[in-house]
Amino acid sequence: MLLQVKNLRCGYGSLEVVHGVSLHVCAGEIVGLLGANGAGKSSLMKSIIGLMAPWHGGVWMNGRRVAGQPAWRSISNSMVLVPEGRQIFSDMTVRENLLMGGYHNPDRGMDLDMVLDRFPRLRERIAQVAGTLSGGEQQMLALGRALMARPKMLLLDEPSMGLAPLMVEMVFAEIRAMRDLGVTILLVEQNATATLQIADRAYVMESGEIILEGEAAELLHNPEVKRAYLGKGYKEVWE
Amino acid sequence: MLLKRLFPVIGFAALAIAVQLGAGALGKEFYLTQLTMAIYYAIVVMGLCLLMGFAGQVSLGHGAFFAIGGYTSAVLTTSDFSRFQDSLWAAALKRIHVLIPKADLYGGQVLTTTPWAAFVAAMLLTFLIACLIGYPALRLKGHYLAMATLGFCLIVNKIVLGTAWLGAADGISGVPEWNLAGGLVISGRSAVRVQNYYAACALALFLLILLANLVHSRVGRALQAIHDRETAAGAIGINTARYKLNAFVLSALLAAAAGVFLTHYTAGIGPSEASALKSVRYVALAAAGGMSNPWGAALVSTAINFLSLRGWFGTYDNAVFGAVLILIISIAPQGPLKPLGLWIRRLLSGARSAAGGEHAAS
Repeated sequence: MLLQVKNLRCGYGSLEVVHGVSLHVCAGEIVGLLGANGAGKSSLMKSIIGLMAPWHGGVWMNGRRVAGQPAWRSISNSMVLVPEGRQIFSDMTVRENLLMGGYHNPDRGMDLDMVLDRFPRLRERIAQVAGTLSGGEQQMLALGRALMARPKMLLLDEPSMGLAPLMVEMVFAEIRAMRDLGVTILLVEQNATATLQIADRAYVMESGEIILEGEAAELLHNPEVKRAYLGKGYKEVWE
Repeated sequence: MLLKRLFPVIGFAALAIAVQLGAGALGKEFYLTQLTMAIYYAIVVMGLCLLMGFAGQVSLGHGAFFAIGGYTSAVLTTSDFSRFQDSLWAAALKRIHVLIPKADLYGGQVLTTTPWAAFVAAMLLTFLIACLIGYPALRLKGHYLAMATLGFCLIVNKIVLGTAWLGAADGISGVPEWNLAGGLVISGRSAVRVQNYYAACALALFLLILLANLVHSRVGRALQAIHDRETAAGAIGINTARYKLNAFVLSALLAAAAGVFLTHYTAGIGPSEASALKSVRYVALAAAGGMSNPWGAALVSTAINFLSLRGWFGTYDNAVFGAVLILIISIAPQGPLKPLGLWIRRLLSGARSAAGGEHAAS
């Protein structure tokens, strides 16, 4: 088991938004974490990476307890977050963004070539200021930047957000290709269908709790997934 | 590339020499005195550029750091430690030339700190205080640092005003000259006016080169990343809190160093240096020069402060700095120099193409 989260609770101020969530990710897997807006997915992600201190429970990476450590340490646990909304450094060039991703990687010069081979689109735009890239290209850049740290595990927070359908397809194909490289992936998404198509397993969150988990192929046809998105009254209204 | 980097250095040096020669030729060499003071104030602004333009944090307390530097040095160099003459620590400090015996105004013997030792003490004290203020404030996001530093500045101002041995409302005067090295003396005497002008220019230029190198280094990139996207910077392994603290402490040290130099230059310091208005003024000047452009900030801040010290703005002094801040923020948030440069370039290329057109027609 590469990543394990046990009975994690966290929140903002006095408001608890994640009510005791447990999940695990095995090496080499793509695991989806699904749920509607406000289900607590991003808060959970922030607790795992260290941007938010968990109130209760813990996070283990490779058997080592990591919860409560500051975010910048997550990189030494080979865990890299691709944050929601991409968060590329918009005033820097594509090349500078990628090199920043390898801030603690002594071989970043070599890895830069590797990443550019994976994303030929980025090679074309290597000297362009990142803020002028299209949304899809920015997402590619964010993925490439994360790869520069040579992660064992990637946490992707809503990579499809704000992208055209064609771009979503491209990004998801890229995510699958990264798994084939040996990177384990925890994929947080609202786009359930696209996620379940590439994931091995998935968890579905609603109101800060995990209400469903299982093989992605099974969940793809489970009406409960749809219900989790559409709210509790869905059954009475639609069936 | 090297030439491009050297260009501002050579430009600044040439400008400094031209100004000195110009003032001499016009018989207005006394301008250099206010100019020297303005350059020391510009050093505070340069530090703020690092903090605001690169680390993305705002400090409204740099006047306080300036005052801490100046007051530490003023107190240590003007106080008489002779009543501790027989104590062990005074003897030890005397042996390493931190304390030296000197004749006072009335011919009596006093024991005071050497300016160099006072400078080191001022730097150490500022370092400690900046860490104490910055450490908690910088762990928070948003404008907490601005609020914490503003509060800190008000407190320092009140402490100075209420403390007799800090001169209360009168400040401290009679601060001795600072014999830097090799006959170079930081002093306001007219005999060493030109020398001091160049000393200030050299110090400012040295610090500008230092800042330019820092900004283009790994540290500078990290600061820029924090400024741009703090979450992402943390996610790629940058210790955001530490980098912000380092930038804050460094800029505080620059302010304090400027305070020490100016205090020796003007032979005194007053409580107004620690006022909140002074701190806001530094922020306005940093914005006026273009926050992420220390060269521009140094130039604009020296010019405006010079005019202010010459009394050009009269009673509207503070209003002028407020107006500068408002105008810059609303018209040219990147500072006036970049748009001005672009405008000149466009004008030149326009003139060139017009000339080329005429050429083709004939």
